[in-house]
Amino acid sequence: MMMQAVSPPDPTPDAAALGAEAVLEVSNLTVEFPTRRGVLTAIDNVSMQIAPGEILGVVGESGAGKSITGLAVLGLLEAPGRIAGGEIHVAGRRIDMLSEDELTKVRGREMGAIFQDPLTALNPLFTIGVQLVETIRLHSGLSKEAARDRALTLLREVGIPAPRERLSQYPHQFSGGMRQRVVIALALAAEPALIIADEPTTALDVSIQAQITALLRRLCKDHRTGVMLVTHDMGVIAETADRVAVMYSGRMVETGRVKDVIHDAQHPYTKGLMAAIPSLHERVETLTQIDGAMPRLNARPEGCAFNPRCPMAGPRCRRENPVLAPAGRNQAACFLHDGGTE
Amino acid sequence: MLAFLIKRFANAIFVMLSVSFIAFMIFRFVGDPVELMLNEQATQEQRDDLRTRLGLDQSFIAQFGTFVGNAAKGDFGISFRNQQDVLAMIAERFPATFELVIVATIISLVVGIPMGVITAIRRQTWYAEAMQFTSIIGVSLPSFVVGIGLILIFSVWLGWFPAFGRGDTVQIGWWSTGLLTHTGRMSIVLPALSLSLFQITLVMRLVRAEMLEVLRSDFIKFARARGIPARAIHFRHALRNCLMPVVTMTAMQIGGLIAFALVTETVFQWPGMGLLFIQAVTFVDVPIMAAYLCIVALIFVLLNTIVDITYAVIDPRLRGAEK
Repeated sequence: MMMQAVSPPDPTPDAAALGAEAVLEVSNLTVEFPTRRGVLTAIDNVSMQIAPGEILGVVGESGAGKSITGLAVLGLLEAPGRIAGGEIHVAGRRIDMLSEDELTKVRGREMGAIFQDPLTALNPLFTIGVQLVETIRLHSGLSKEAARDRALTLLREVGIPAPRERLSQYPHQFSGGMRQRVVIALALAAEPALIIADEPTTALDVSIQAQITALLRRLCKDHRTGVMLVTHDMGVIAETADRVAVMYSGRMVETGRVKDVIHDAQHPYTKGLMAAIPSLHERVETLTQIDGAMPRLNARPEGCAFNPRCPMAGPRCRRENPVLAPAGRNQAACFLHDGGTE
Repeated sequence: MLAFLIKRFANAIFVMLSVSFIAFMIFRFVGDPVELMLNEQATQEQRDDLRTRLGLDQSFIAQFGTFVGNAAKGDFGISFRNQQDVLAMIAERFPATFELVIVATIISLVVGIPMGVITAIRRQTWYAEAMQFTSIIGVSLPSFVVGIGLILIFSVWLGWFPAFGRGDTVQIGWWSTGLLTHTGRMSIVLPALSLSLFQITLVMRLVRAEMLEVLRSDFIKFARARGIPARAIHFRHALRNCLMPVVTMTAMQIGGLIAFALVTETVFQWPGMGLLFIQAVTFVDVPIMAAYLCIVALIFVLLNTIVDITYAVIDPRLRGAEK
């Protein structure tokens, strides 16, 4: 089964979580964008699963397909993007085949979302109280008063001071960090099993970033909510996530526990990525980089997508596309760990 | 809010002064009013006497001061043509034009906004395409053609509505309204429709463009991610964010419609200000033209102020330094 294939070989710190049913299970997901010049495969055969209370970091360069994965799960792919293959199960229910109306009932209730820019995520014309009460009542059928109380509880929980006064204020009266807290409160309004957090801290000051990631982590553990944390920032992953999935050109190249991937990366791309993080303790003259750039979707090379930039590439890497296989304590899609590159 | 109102008021006064200055210039440069008012046999004494009576012997600045003072009291002098009080003549005609314009505006909003929303959210369907196509016709047809066409179809062929005039009116104070009588209501349909056709297409295209813009925004994506149903997203979250430009344009168009309803009024023989103005132009009746200019300017200024206040009602971010 997919769960065994993707899980790290040794138990995660959250051992109890594995026993429970996964809140998100994505198997062999393929997302395509039909264009005039042919079909672009933005996500190519990606599988992942998230246990209750677990944070899975999805990391990669811009265009690696990490945000698309999140949007595909939410059913918010923009046309002409479409799910061309695979299955998505949220809280045990298959959702990739649902109609838009049915999906609307799943969104917010079973899965919430947090997006990159808190400054634009809230409707500027409604008070946050109105937006919270609207969302809460939509999913719970509570009375107006009860929904208001619940909104107050939520605001308190995400650490907004003086929530009673804040309810009647408009988004522009909040700072960026406070707005992201409101967004998190909105995402949590119906106690969803899963939250897709797409670059939740990228638009924030560094000092606020740490607060928001800590908040996200605490809430996720308290409510046993699974989180897909999409980011390009390895630092955020290291602080927040339990496991990490590294994406490259629409494919997953390595996955494992955060500390294993950071300290003992197996895929040449992940190794390069880790080496590129400057260390606080050593003085360097030039920053390490991986030569070349990620291929465009319409110019993905034959075989492993990373082969033109890979120092270890052999002939087989240019012929065949590697799949995830056990590599050290992680799983990596690389022939170095799966029968050699010749 | 008070400081805001005072500032708006000061602005309005400045604009009105400028406009009255221009209106006053028309008096000065369109020709000598004494020559226009007296016949050719008038003696020099009579001329001088009239000149003094009209205050035309005073300096330019003093004359302008008197004009502004009188205009502020609502005294625009008397018509050259029939020696009636100008303001009374305009006041008599104003309700007809105003009712026509308001009905036309309401029609354009009630029809135009839903059409704009539909063409935006159902972009690929045949009826949205049909509306888009029809709207091009609406924009490009001159209003007199529309008016004549409407008369031909609904008055001549079908006989549903009267072809001209205002029907019976009811007097409420100085205001005469046609909206309270059956014939009055029937009479306003065709001219209002003809006047609103262009507005409908304008409102529709504006709402459509704004909707497409707003539907792409992050807060709509986030609202969808929260599970807000499509209907609430379109009509509650998105539409309200589109209303700002619609309010601006509608208000500006009301001013424009009042000022330029004269084509429609001519076609339908609607006894409004436009018809009065056309007659004034034919007879070089300068006081009426000047008063018309000032009143239309006043309407524009008032509408502008109302628009600014409406902005603050719609958009909390513009409510100034409230805490």
